[in-house]
Order: sequence, then structure tokens, then C-alpha cells
Amino acid sequence: MLYIFCPHCGSRSQNEFAYGGDATVKRPELNKEISDQEWNNFVYLRKSPRGKHLELWHHISGCRQWIKVERDTSTHEIFKTYKADELTK
Amino acid sequence: MQKYSVFSLIKNAFSDHQNWEVAWKDPTPKKEYDVIIIGGGGHGLATAYYLAKEHNITNVAIIEKGWIGGGNVGRNTTIIRSNYMHDDNALFSEFGMDLWRKMSQDLNYNVMFSPRGIINLAHSDAQMNAYSRRGNSMRLNGIDAVLLNREEVQKRIPMADFSDNVRFPIFGGLMQPSAGTARHDAVAWGYARQADSMGVDIIQNCEVKGFDVTNGKIVGVRTSRGDIKAKKVGLCVAGSTNILAEMLNMTLPIETHLLQACVSEPVKPLLDHVVTFGAGHFYCSQSDKGEMVMGGDLDGYNSYSQRGNLPTLQHVLTEGIAMFPFLSKLKMLRTWGGIMDMSMDGSPIIDKTHIEGLYLNCGWCYGGFKATPASGWTFAHTIAQDRVHELNAGYSLNRFNTGDLIDEKGLGTKTWIS
Repeated sequence: MLYIFCPHCGSRSQNEFAYGGDATVKRPELNKEISDQEWNNFVYLRKSPRGKHLELWHHISGCRQWIKVERDTSTHEIFKTYKADELTK
Repeated sequence: MQKYSVFSLIKNAFSDHQNWEVAWKDPTPKKEYDVIIIGGGGHGLATAYYLAKEHNITNVAIIEKGWIGGGNVGRNTTIIRSNYMHDDNALFSEFGMDLWRKMSQDLNYNVMFSPRGIINLAHSDAQMNAYSRRGNSMRLNGIDAVLLNREEVQKRIPMADFSDNVRFPIFGGLMQPSAGTARHDAVAWGYARQADSMGVDIIQNCEVKGFDVTNGKIVGVRTSRGDIKAKKVGLCVAGSTNILAEMLNMTLPIETHLLQACVSEPVKPLLDHVVTFGAGHFYCSQSDKGEMVMGGDLDGYNSYSQRGNLPTLQHVLTEGIAMFPFLSKLKMLRTWGGIMDMSMDGSPIIDKTHIEGLYLNCGWCYGGFKATPASGWTFAHTIAQDRVHELNAGYSLNRFNTGDLIDEKGLGTKTWIS
């Protein structure tokens, strides 16, 4: 069982959350001409690293906020969590 | 190589089975090979075997970080099927079915292929319509498919929940009678033994540390057992694909996710087929030892850990009990996890890359085991001829750029939603 610290609610079990994938993926700017390659990078290509991974989770059975979680993909250790709009380093 | 037969079995019984030849050698890596296959799983071993058998390329090494057959080929639920709707998947898988049927003879190794049929249950009229469409597509591609009504399903699997007032009543199902199971470890060992006998070096405990690429061409692999030169290199590393891709500065349309499976304590024979639940993600068959072999959803977050978490297992088994109520009485014997190379459209990639001499075989999601022979056969062709075969032409790496996706399930790019 993963315990995820929701910045809004505190520590909750993974059962309350839905996963949202890689949080480092950036959608290309709106109203800007973008190439097929840029769109491909955004929609399909993922680093999927072994080790530290910054990812989105949705506290869907709680406060319904999206949050960012820094987690190790080989040990499942969670290092830090952030609000969705918080800057991450 | 010693041929396995009833006579060799009897002969060796006289010497207390102490004098069997080793099934494959434990060579030290040579300085150079024509082809290096990275990954000693089912797909890698099959690729090496077909390189030697079909293309007469025997100066081949398989390098494996752990031991052969220790990854997903040893961790799956042994299901073999070709019940796909899209042509690319259907023709590829059905070609594989033919290889499965001949495999035990071909490898002189009993892989215990058991074509016991797979039944996908339907729980609504809409699902029956969808299965009817799928079944028709399959038949147009020469694959056997039978649409069963509720009574026909009940005759085959009476232990399923046919009672009144269930949340997901069984309306019927789609059956592929020629689908089945095989002994997964035997597949790895059978391919390994034959590949070895034709001169392939199987090098275990050898981790890839990096690649040597010069002028856009692969020249060798750096490993924990020294640098090895190679004219061609093929990647068959399933869930570890992204780790090697990073060493090659490649980003792929793949995420690595964790999938669990489990077996119950053994019981007397009661389930003749492979059965899948249609209102969720759960599948079940009974092994020859009597264990119920079960699996379902991914754990649902990127992971390289080969062990899962209980919430997913609980969710999957809840579905299992909804389908087969008797499962609630059984004790669980083992659970385990493996890491899946989940592609963005749910279909695999067998292709060349932008690096000359580097070939990619990945993206098998949770359907890699059944593809073992066809994947090895087409990947060997792609490597030997430096061009894709028509069977794997659709499995290109570039399809995500061009929009030619093979989205069998139409699930989109959220790979963890299974």
C-alpha cells in the first residue's frame, strides 16, 4: 500500500487516488504553430525513468485536487508531494 | 545435441539421470559477434533461435543481466491466443499460433501446448454485439471464433455465477477454441537449448552498461563482462527498454508498468478453458497442477519493481469472485509481479531504429508471452535482412508520428488504464 501525502488533506492511502502520469510532460503553447514532431513528443514519448519520477495523482476520493508526487519507480518510496501549481525542483 | 525421447529417458533412468548433457553451455563472451541480442527472455531466445535456423546466422550472443527466463517469460499467466480484430495483430498472432502448434516437435522439447480454448465473457447486449463484430473480423482473417449464448457458456463453465440478480449477468461470450496455454518456462528452455546447439552463446549475469555508436552505426555493447563488438544489436528487454533507450539517447512511446499475477492452492480439475471477465479486467485458467492461475489490472503507476501492492490484487480478485464465486473459498498460494513495456497504442514495436544496425523489439504490454515465437521469427527476419517482414510492417516505431496506430482497444495514451 502506498501512502501519499496530499498537500491539502494529509497522508492518505493510495486507494483514494487515481494516477495521472508523468508530470514533466509539457503541452505545446496554445496559438503557436507546432510541428508534428513536437506534438508526437507531447502525446506519445515518455522518459519513464527508473528512479525519481515526478508524476500527477488525482485525489479523486478525497479533495479532488490534482497533486504532484515525487516517487522512486524502483522502490516506490515517495520523497515529496506538491500542489499541482507549485513549482518543483 | 542429445535428442530427447522416450528412449533417451529410459536409457538415462539406468544411470539415475546423472548423465544428461547440459541443456546449454555457459560460455565466456567472445570479442566480437555478428549479432548481439540483449535480453535472454522468451523473445530474445526465440530471436536467436530463428536467426540460426531460418537465416543461418550463428555467430550470435544473447546477453542477459540475470538468468534466462527469469523475467516476464517466467512470470506470465501462460495464455496463448490470437483473438484480435485489427489485421496487423490478427495476422501476426495467427502466424504465431501456427508456430505454437509445431513448437514441441520443432524444439524437441515438450512445451505442453494445450489448445483448450479461451472464452471472453459478455455481460450486456452491447458487449455481445461488439464480440460478434470481433468474431467476424477474426473469421475474415482465418481465425476460429465462436459466439456463445448464455446456455452454451453455462454448459462449458457451469461454475460461473449464473444466479439471478447478479451485478454483471452473463449474456454469452466469444470463444476462440484454438487458443490455450503452454508451459512458459519450457518455452524459454526449449529455445535456449536449440539456439545453443546451433552455436549461439548464451551469456548470463552480464549487464549492459552502454553502447558504442560511431557515425550513426552501432559497433558494440559495453557490458559488466567487458566490451563486446557487434555488427548488429537487437533489444528484447521488455520492461527494461526505457533504461537501455536512455543510454542510447532515445525517448520511446513506452512506459514501464507493474502487473501482478497469482495462483491459488491446487484443486481438482474443474475449469477446462481460459476465461476472461467482461466487465472488468480479470482472467483465469487452471494449471495442470490444479492451481487457478489468475491476473488482471496493472498496479497503475510507473514502476520497475517486480513486486506489486495489495489494493490492486484485492480489486482484481473481487472481479474474480464476481465471475467465479467459488474462488473465495480458495487460499492463495503465490503472488508475483513483472514489469511491462506498455506502448501508447497497446500494440508492440518490432522495427529498425535511426541507428544503423540497432533493432528494437518492445511494447508488448501484457501480451508478450503468446507472441514469443512470432516475435522471435519476425525480429530475426528484421535483423538478418535489415528490413521488416510484412507480418511486422505495421509494428513500426514511426507509426506514432504518422498516426498509423494499431489501437486494438482504443484506450488512448493512458497506458496504466487497462
